[in-house]
Amino acid sequence: MGTKRFSCSLQNLEEICDYVTHCADEAGLSESEVYAVQLAVDEASTNIMEHGYGRECPERIDITCEILEDGLKVVIYDDAQPFTPEGVPEPETNVPLEDLKPRGLGLFLIHKMMDEVKYEPTADRGNTLTMIKHHAR
Amino acid sequence: MEIKTTEFKRCTMIKTSGRIDGSNAQELAQALKTITSKGMYNIVFDMSEVNFVASAGWWVLIDIQKTCKPSGELVLVKVEKGIKDSLNLVGMGSYFRTYDDVTTAVGDF
Repeated sequence: MGTKRFSCSLQNLEEICDYVTHCADEAGLSESEVYAVQLAVDEASTNIMEHGYGRECPERIDITCEILEDGLKVVIYDDAQPFTPEGVPEPETNVPLEDLKPRGLGLFLIHKMMDEVKYEPTADRGNTLTMIKHHAR
Repeated sequence: MEIKTTEFKRCTMIKTSGRIDGSNAQELAQALKTITSKGMYNIVFDMSEVNFVASAGWWVLIDIQKTCKPSGELVLVKVEKGIKDSLNLVGMGSYFRTYDDVTTAVGDF
């Protein structure tokens, strides 16, 4: 389905969501699977903007959708600093409300929402995030 | 982001529509903080027209829930299935009571 480029602004999250929703619909994903893709891509894009680039900037986020026989592959490319997911602490869930700390939920959600998630930081600059959602049926 | 606030005798209801994500979560936070800053800790969030909540939105609601409890509570009404499923999937659904209609939620306070 090709690649679409978005500038790095939180104001573009809705447009990014619309694009992957179109892809997910084309791939024949169910309503709940489409929501999962929307959420994973939103969280990934937000992380790139806020943590990778550091808020608003002129840099790019390229998103490629590929319809698979059994679902949808979404690949997100950025030029931010190499990202190592191992360094992100998992959120503590099922703890008392007062002990809940705002951290790591985005990455956790990405893994929960998608069936396959692969980060490939390059040595010098940029990251490639590949996510796959399979049909349940 | 349009946010509507309605004060009832025992609680305050807040309503918005569309998406809650990194671009507008702080607007929602500000509206909720305005309510709690007046000492009103019983809050009903009508989510019947909200169709997407990213983690930025959930942290806002968690933060306000911490402020409201134990003297009050933030409850959620008409949460769309996808939104509710994603919250439950990460084990955070237990931090909020949910209702199917506004009348019951408001009446429970």
